[in-house]
Amino acid sequence: MTTERGAPILELRNVSTHYGLVAVLRDVDMDIYAGEMVCLLGGNASGKTTTLKTILGYVTPSEGDVVLDGNVVSGMSTAEVVRRGVSMVPENRRLFPDMTVEENLRLGAYLRRDRSAIEAARETVFETFPRVRERLKQKAGTLSGGEQQMVAMGRALMADPKVLLMDEPSMGLAPILVEQVFEIIKKIRELGKTVFIVEQNANMALSIADRGYVIQTGQVVLADTAQNLLQNPLMREAYLGEL
Amino acid sequence: MAPSLRGGTLAGTEAPHVAVARLGRFERLPWRRIILVVLGIVVGGVVVLGTLRTLGLDRVEGGYSGGAWRDFIVQGAAQGAIFAMIALGYSLVYGILRMINFAHGEVFMAGAFGSFFFADAYAKSGFLNRSPLLALAIVTLVAVAVSVGTAVLLERLAYRPLRNAPRLVPLITAIGATLFLQNAFRGFFGPQPYGYPKPTVLAGNITVLGVQIQRTQLLVLVVAVICMIVLQWFVATTRTGRSMRAVAQDREIASLMGINVDRVIVVTFAIGGVLAGIAGVLFSLSFEQVQFTMGFRPGIAAFTAAVLGGIGSIGGAALGGFVIGLLQAVGPPLILTGFGIPSVFSLKDAFVFLVLVLVLVFRPGGLLGTGEAEKV
Ligand SMILES: Nc1ncnc2c1ncn2[C@@H]1O[C@H](COP(=O)(O)OP(=O)(O)O)[C@@H](O)[C@H]1O
Ligand SMILES: [Mg+2]
Repeated sequence: MTTERGAPILELRNVSTHYGLVAVLRDVDMDIYAGEMVCLLGGNASGKTTTLKTILGYVTPSEGDVVLDGNVVSGMSTAEVVRRGVSMVPENRRLFPDMTVEENLRLGAYLRRDRSAIEAARETVFETFPRVRERLKQKAGTLSGGEQQMVAMGRALMADPKVLLMDEPSMGLAPILVEQVFEIIKKIRELGKTVFIVEQNANMALSIADRGYVIQTGQVVLADTAQNLLQNPLMREAYLGEL
Repeated sequence: MAPSLRGGTLAGTEAPHVAVARLGRFERLPWRRIILVVLGIVVGGVVVLGTLRTLGLDRVEGGYSGGAWRDFIVQGAAQGAIFAMIALGYSLVYGILRMINFAHGEVFMAGAFGSFFFADAYAKSGFLNRSPLLALAIVTLVAVAVSVGTAVLLERLAYRPLRNAPRLVPLITAIGATLFLQNAFRGFFGPQPYGYPKPTVLAGNITVLGVQIQRTQLLVLVVAVICMIVLQWFVATTRTGRSMRAVAQDREIASLMGINVDRVIVVTFAIGGVLAGIAGVLFSLSFEQVQFTMGFRPGIAAFTAAVLGGIGSIGGAALGGFVIGLLQAVGPPLILTGFGIPSVFSLKDAFVFLVLVLVLVFRPGGLLGTGEAEKV
């Protein structure tokens, strides 16, 4: 495919992941290049979250490798993978509800020691989400859904990741907020981050992504540019509804 | 305790207790409130009646002097301070693992017992009275080391392999660990109590703000309060404290942030061990003996304190400890003497459990808990 961009920043090479005896991912192959925004589409329980957890080393693939910046990272601890530049905005935001916004952000930078770099990351977060600065002292559990999503993204940015993973950022948000969230994701991309976004809202995701993968019961069934996927009749039928 | 301690709450919205879970169904019935109000009036009436009758008694009839009451209160507070320190160990571990470490009373016993050998040797060599501060510091360090070692080994060997097992399994393991530890100490050191030496500076009374109190009690109160303030500060403000709260609130997400959950759990057991070890020395100095069974009653009292205060909450464990200590010391004479009960102090444990049940009826999550019952 797009070999002129050099080596991918993140690769899944023939990855299979099991929970117990059940294969959840089967022979998954993906590559993501620096600066790209790639989406992963699929229905419920198709293995999207498991793909992200496999990348982060939260689950270890039973076969195949996850390669970050040319180094095999599967088998390493999550902490090590985070340290090497991957962070995640989890499904349903999952802030630490009894902690303040400030503390949630600090936990995003848990593994970083360089105070001035952390301070710089904070400033970036505040520039991207001015609302977050106003809410610093508030308990995260008391924020509105939209605000929580901003804090969850801010928390992931505090790790200063090379690759940012997002798990269904539009889930559970009112349609007007969904638009806002996708605007925000565009802004994050302008920060120069590589973004790998998991979505069920295929229309929205493809409207901002460069490329997309479609996964079904743990197998990649389509891989193409966002443009082509939007035109693909199979896609239109299965995921995009009546366009 | 200051409301700021709520910031140190470890448990999220979940909480303990089978009895309480049953109450959940009960709560939905419309006459629940009526029953609670009637119960409240009855309990309040008994308390007021008993108290009035007790205070109406004069000395020859079995009443107490003002000085006796003051002694009960100081005694109760000092006991409560020790319970609070042990209760914190139960509560911290529960906050993170949703598991009752029933062997925590034995963690306390091990520290106290371990420190005895040093205290005894220092007493015999005269070092304990020559430089009591240094000697007690070393003795305390030994107690802390033994308690921390015991707690961490328990986690490593008994609980970690069962991390994903059903909740009943580690609970039963904890009871097994209790029996193991008690019998190990009995086997190595015998069933008899050993006299725990106390430096002469701690003998006798001292007057604080016009109140005579035993020097040992003052030491207990001061040390315990300092420990609790340091713990509160640690959990609320340090990076490790923050990671403990993160694991308590959402273990999976904490792990995805790069927090080493296993390490946080070990640290939590170790902190419980530090507090139990210090409590062990304070307890031994107060009662001047150690024995392999010494962990049982304080352990139960502290567990009760943790539940009473709201398990998982740091402020709750501290508050619960003092409340239990004071209830044991003051409650029976104050309320029961008036009814002509001959041996009120024999009833102190029964009294404390009655209070626990009543508190959980009115506040299922404990005094400083979430106000909800813990879902088991
Ligand atoms: N911890 C787990 N243990 C066992 N099975 C799991 C676990 N997590 C997810 N699964 C199963 O793996 C499949 C894929 O889950 P997931 O990756 O969460 O799907 P998606 O994010 O696409 O909805 C589902 O069938 C789910 O039930
Ligand atoms: Mg998912």
